[in-house]
Amino acid sequence: MKTIKILGTGCPKCKTMTGIVQDVVKENNIDATIEKVEDIMEIMKYNVLSTPVLVIDEQIKIKGRVPSPKEVLELLK
Amino acid sequence: MFDWIENFAEWLVFDTFGMTKGAHLAEALNFFIYDTIKITLLLVVIISLMGIVNSYFPIDKVRNYLSRNKLYGLEYLMASLFGVVTPFCSCSSVPLFIGFVRGGIPLGVTFAFLITSPLVNEVAIGLFLGLFGVRITVIYILSGILLGVVSGLILSRFKLERFLTPWVKQVLETAQREEDIFKAEKTPFLKRLPIIWTEVKDILKGVLPYVVVGIAIGGLMHGYIPDGFFEKYMSKDNLFAVPLATIMAVPMYMNASGILPVVQVLVSKGIPIGTAIAFMMGVVGLSLPEAMLLKKVMTFKLIGIFFGVVTLCIIISGYIFNIIL
Repeated sequence: MKTIKILGTGCPKCKTMTGIVQDVVKENNIDATIEKVEDIMEIMKYNVLSTPVLVIDEQIKIKGRVPSPKEVLELLK
Repeated sequence: MFDWIENFAEWLVFDTFGMTKGAHLAEALNFFIYDTIKITLLLVVIISLMGIVNSYFPIDKVRNYLSRNKLYGLEYLMASLFGVVTPFCSCSSVPLFIGFVRGGIPLGVTFAFLITSPLVNEVAIGLFLGLFGVRITVIYILSGILLGVVSGLILSRFKLERFLTPWVKQVLETAQREEDIFKAEKTPFLKRLPIIWTEVKDILKGVLPYVVVGIAIGGLMHGYIPDGFFEKYMSKDNLFAVPLATIMAVPMYMNASGILPVVQVLVSKGIPIGTAIAFMMGVVGLSLPEAMLLKKVMTFKLIGIFFGVVTLCIIISGYIFNIIL
């Protein structure tokens, strides 16, 4: 079971990333929870400078850009 | 360089559609087709180039460098240049702001970044190149950088830390020099390209509709407004033109990409370039949506001071451009 967090203040890019991650998890039946973190105070605990950020099991995997579904799948394997 | 587009537009309008040379509608259509193709191409090139720079640009490293070193004033210039290369998306400005504060970087330096970042972005550069040519574009970029530096220096004199929201003050108290070295992603260029290209497409999708509508309106105006029309009303001697143009510009953020083509036509019909640049800086650099985002980290008073100083600097630079250009 993986914990996925998407950090972002609600910009279009963050929404795109959330959509991609949700699709990948659903299509591949991956056992994971997806949490959207929109509170800037929470986001800053990860000490990131650009959003959106993809966090898997508390590890920052991608920041500042939208990944492709393939990339997300590889990170989740 | 763009002769072939001009030829193509003329061929399409006059030969293929069989419209009469010199007729208002024909000239407007010709202008529209030429500008749309040219600007779209320029936008694709500039956004791609900036995307590549961005993909390699070590944001964390620069922040840590600013945090670690005393630069005797040069840090304002560095922060401002940093603003040039960071992306268009204003939603990253808040995390960056906090990141700077946490690194113990002075507020004035952070403001220098915050001012230049939206002002000099890939979309604005692409549009300026297409509409006003290289010379005005370079002037615009340089003044965008200078504006950030000067406003940042002025703002640093005000001891503005007391106007931050309480939780940011807390961050400020625990600020420390950033020592950790960031591991850069080692992705080969060819693997980065598709990612960059997706972002280029996303940005284009967002701005192109506005640009095309702007060019269409501009094209109509181009054909119908007589040359020199505005010189009567908005000449360089009219002292109120620059401040009025700047203040009018602030609420127009959403359509920045649509307004630039219209402004270009206004300039060709006699509005002084300084007044026009002041107006455009107001449109691109100061926006209400950005103010709303900043509310999370600043009190209203601080946002007011911030916008006030920047507006003032834009107005002054508008006057200067009207005198020297």
